[in-house]
Amino acid sequence: MAFEGLADRLQETLRKIRGKGKVTEADVKEMMREVRLALLEADVNFKVVRDFVNRVKERAVGQEVLKSLTPGQQVIKVVNEELTALMGGENAKLAVSQRPPTVIMMVGLQGAGKTTTTGKLAKYLQKQNRNPLLVAADIYRPAAIKQLQVLGEQINVPVFSLGDKESPVVIAKKAIEQAKEQHNDYVLIDTAGRLHIDETLMNELNQIKEEVRPDEILLVVDAMTGQDAVNVAQSFNEQLNITGVILTKLDGDTRGGAALSVKAVTGQPIKFVGMGEKLDALEPFHPDRMASRILGM
Amino acid sequence: SRYRKVDEEFFEELEEILIQADVGVQTVMELVDELKLEAKRQKLEDSESLKPLITEKFVELLHSTAGNQQLNMASDGLTVILFVGVNGVGKTTTIGKMAHMFKNQGKKVMLAAGDTFRAGAIEQLEIWGERAGVDVTKHQAGSDPAAVIYDAIQATRKRDIDVLLCDTAGRLQNKVNLMQELNKIYRVIQREIPGAPHETLLVLDATTGQNAFSQAKTFNEATGITGIVLTKLDGTAKGGIVIAISNELGIPVKFVGLGEKLDDLQPFDAEQYVYALFSELFEERENQQQSEQ
Ligand SMILES: Nc1nc2c(ncn2[C@@H]2O[C@H](COP(=O)(O)OP(=O)(O)OP(=O)(O)O)[C@@H](O)[C@H]2O)c(=O)[nH]1
Ligand SMILES: Nc1nc2c(ncn2[C@@H]2O[C@H](COP(=O)(O)OP(=O)(O)OP(=O)(O)O)[C@@H](O)[C@H]2O)c(=O)[nH]1
Ligand SMILES: [K+]
Ligand SMILES: [Mg+2]
Ligand SMILES: [Mg+2]
Repeated sequence: MAFEGLADRLQETLRKIRGKGKVTEADVKEMMREVRLALLEADVNFKVVRDFVNRVKERAVGQEVLKSLTPGQQVIKVVNEELTALMGGENAKLAVSQRPPTVIMMVGLQGAGKTTTTGKLAKYLQKQNRNPLLVAADIYRPAAIKQLQVLGEQINVPVFSLGDKESPVVIAKKAIEQAKEQHNDYVLIDTAGRLHIDETLMNELNQIKEEVRPDEILLVVDAMTGQDAVNVAQSFNEQLNITGVILTKLDGDTRGGAALSVKAVTGQPIKFVGMGEKLDALEPFHPDRMASRILGM
Repeated sequence: SRYRKVDEEFFEELEEILIQADVGVQTVMELVDELKLEAKRQKLEDSESLKPLITEKFVELLHSTAGNQQLNMASDGLTVILFVGVNGVGKTTTIGKMAHMFKNQGKKVMLAAGDTFRAGAIEQLEIWGERAGVDVTKHQAGSDPAAVIYDAIQATRKRDIDVLLCDTAGRLQNKVNLMQELNKIYRVIQREIPGAPHETLLVLDATTGQNAFSQAKTFNEATGITGIVLTKLDGTAKGGIVIAISNELGIPVKFVGLGEKLDDLQPFDAEQYVYALFSELFEERENQQQSEQ
């Protein structure tokens, strides 16, 4: 399971301090040195780790903690609170527009899992008696349209495509028109993978955004991403103002630090996590539960 | 002096750069400690004189066990190359690029559509086949991948093919049954052609963090990895985990992917890679000096 490695490391570290009746500043320092290593080994971004460690240290060496009757537990409480804050509080729901259709754009780096996740979201919505339309707006990747069509077929959801000769902006626009005519209450736009530093393609996303005014722009992020997660998330967010994140491939054994980094730099919630290749492998994300699980509480 | 002093701050910055390149904190701490000692021993006091030491050290790590960065080709007859890796790293795309490369070398290439699982995977490989101008052996979606590879090998015999590039479905290394399926494919190739697969290339996404080490380890156990293709180096990620992989597991990086087009594949150049890793550190210095002047 993802996060497990991080959980083991952190719990081991915290165990050492938990029962202590007297905790010194040096104890806190030593603990935070280990916490820092555990987070870095889990791929949490360098700068995010630094800020986190500083915040915890500041609070933990505060009077009310070290002088309390159970200082060990108090320190852990601080870590838990800060970690929960880092992951973003409670579950954030998918947007619903007052004037349907609700339009959702899926964006992200190449191979992150956008197309698969688009299919999964459609299935998720379908289960809630919604009537989604999938939009094949990736005209670049070989067989990207076919891929989405196959997924649509598997779950019996219509897929809008104009082939790969029309621009993604036109495709998105026409798809919304069709959705209105055919009373689809959700429109899920699958876009091509792109690098956050690719100006032309990032502009294209902005043009789609201008044209369709999406209710959600979801950044799809591979949970195995390393330190670069911060650059990617920050850059997509700056250029598009994303509204949420979907973390994929959490069925692996990654320590999943990207989750913490992405939330920290965008301020946007992780709304769902991908737990497999099949279309039912999508789960709403509960940051508070995840923080508790990581800390074994 | 003209160059900045090699002090604690310098090493901290070096550490930072390496960690942010995904080299891995454990490896970084060990390496930086070694460099500190060495700098002290050799009495190197400015960044410029330390530069060769740093670069050599890292190039050595990438070469040490690795040795052969060249592709291992059959001396006579068919060369089989198997592509493996987790989901979405660039296996299929790399096959398209490599087909193009071999074709340019005058070789006759065939592709085997061994990903029968992912939606549109066969069609994707077919498009790459068209782009590179090579044939693709395929079965229907959902069929047994080992059977596709078996058929492809038979097909090469009739058509005088030099190189067979085998695609496989992406799979996470902790999925035991999927790793067994991969091992079965591997054994079919071994059984059909003595000495094959001549290369089993693990495709790694440069954006991946520490998990890439576990990928290399587990895929190596299932299929005996002979080399790595590090993709998506055209982004901002550095893929520094390959240093630990090549140093600790002895698996060399052989190619890098630099984009989504046919010719965006290059042989791995350790010097160039290491230089890019540290460009920031040294460039920053040079800029600083200029502005100070
Ligand atoms: N194990 C696992 N695999 C996943 C998950 N989500 C996606 N994948 C796989 O990841 C690979 C890439 O997924 P895609 O949906 O094609 O990714 P994409 O972002 O659309 O890729 P591009 O369009 O090429 O940028 C495929 O093999 C998917 O099956 C997940 O949650 N778990
Ligand atoms: N920028 C960039 N993108 C790449 C590179 N190599 C592959 N890609 C893109 O990454 C995405 C995934 O590539 P695929 O070749 O489908 O990856 P795969 O490993 O075959 O994926 P699965 O079969 O789903 O496991 C596609 O959008 C490719 O165009 C590269 O070197 N640079
Ligand atoms: K990826
Ligand atoms: Mg896609
Ligand atoms: Mg593939």
